[in-house]
Amino acid sequence: MTEIATSSPPAATTMPFRGGGFEIVPRPLIAAASLALLLLAWEAASRFGLVSDLFLPSPLAVCAALYRIAADGTLWLHLSASLTRILGGWTLGTACGLALGLLMGIFSAVRAAGLPIVSALFPIPKIALLPLLILWLGIGEQAKIATIALGVFFPTAITAFSAVDSVPRNLIRMAQSFNLPWRAIVLKVILPGALPGILAGFRITTSIALILMVAAEMIATQHGVGAFLLEAGNLLRVDQLLAGVAILSVLGLLISLVLSRLEAWLLRWR
Amino acid sequence: MDLLVQGVGHSYGKVRALERVDLTVKAGEILALVGPSGCGKSTLLGIMGGILQPSEGSVALRGKPSERSLNPFTYVFQDFALLPWRTVAGNVELALEHHGLGAAARRERVSAVLARTKLSEFRAAYPRQLSGGMRQRVGIARALVVEPEILFMDEPLSALDAQTRELLMEDFLALFEGTAATAVYVTHNLGEAIRLADRIVVLSRRPGRVREIVQVEIPRVARGEIGAAGEIAGLERHLWQLIRTEALEAERERIDD
Repeated sequence: MTEIATSSPPAATTMPFRGGGFEIVPRPLIAAASLALLLLAWEAASRFGLVSDLFLPSPLAVCAALYRIAADGTLWLHLSASLTRILGGWTLGTACGLALGLLMGIFSAVRAAGLPIVSALFPIPKIALLPLLILWLGIGEQAKIATIALGVFFPTAITAFSAVDSVPRNLIRMAQSFNLPWRAIVLKVILPGALPGILAGFRITTSIALILMVAAEMIATQHGVGAFLLEAGNLLRVDQLLAGVAILSVLGLLISLVLSRLEAWLLRWR
Repeated sequence: MDLLVQGVGHSYGKVRALERVDLTVKAGEILALVGPSGCGKSTLLGIMGGILQPSEGSVALRGKPSERSLNPFTYVFQDFALLPWRTVAGNVELALEHHGLGAAARRERVSAVLARTKLSEFRAAYPRQLSGGMRQRVGIARALVVEPEILFMDEPLSALDAQTRELLMEDFLALFEGTAATAVYVTHNLGEAIRLADRIVVLSRRPGRVREIVQVEIPRVARGEIGAAGEIAGLERHLWQLIRTEALEAERERIDD
């Protein structure tokens, strides 16, 4: 006893910390710096003759080309043609895809009839159908809009019925237990419940529409960003070609921004 | 009104969930359904409340629901079943939206039931902003707003932590106090069953049959008092013995399979 009372306790040490890390934190400065560094390296490579101006013009040359096509109206001419096509094709494909997908999500008979057809046609690269669509619809706008619409239709139908499937069944049972009519269950439970999945599908279908738009415009088209890119390439105007690519990048970013805003507004309950 | 379960049996494919269940829920009583896991308690509740079609037998009703009741047979769900895109008030109002009530009458009823369930200040909150206990309180408010004739409660407290369970149990007792509410309450918690129910139906292991019906003689108000502790402990022991035997048998059968 005496021994215990007189001996001093061992010195306290700090508990070694083993947690932390494995967390992604935003670093906006690094993000901006990496982009700036890439552009600087590209500019420097051009200036010091490390890359040929013919094949890779400097970022400033691309900006100058962009300014020129914006100032002389070329940009708007091509961009407006492209926007009309993508908007028309995407809206048509989305409307039809949503209608079929929702019906497949709700009615077993429509699912049984539609699923084999959708599954069989979904994997076909839709650009391969453009020559056929040109034969059927002519060389004009309809064939291009139909190609985009077809490309959008199948993934929209699939995401729509999967989104309906993902609505928790207990919410539907709850609505039934309160004697909500069938129509009210669809409008107040199934559609809002499927909305997050449907909106996520929009991100995929807008990028498909953008790819198909460019590809379709490279075939027998006078105006459109795709046609502009092809022409610039054929004439070895690489500065204009890269300006066109930059426009597509901005278009993609804008579409993504619009969808993010739409999601934030429609899914504000999340 | 009385609810009569007559020769109800149910199968999920090859799995037999319930076997010839006969049972009567009398008007004004709270009936608890207990039994080992997987004995078909929730299936029986679904059949009793008319959201599941039995493979055999039927559920009959004796008497007419009160004129005031907008949804005579109303559920409270284990996982709350709240629409995440609707606010607290919106979720409660959903139950009133197809009963010919005007917007003002609906709002009035919603406000009254939110006050009764101590949710008034959360009326504009979305479910994700609420704790589990609060969410279930919304589920209870939604059930009460339609003035049900019979409440079907499917393990309403089992998704909650012990403290929240205790608090909500007190709320249940207060809500049922002095009302002639009829309720069927499924639980695996014997303490809950004893505190709340007038009669406790013990189901056997799968396929669930009525093993025994235990009457709780102690008045509900006295069940929290020390004087009743001995009797309650004895009741709980008896119930546990019944369920334990069934649960052990079920476990053995699972191993044999």
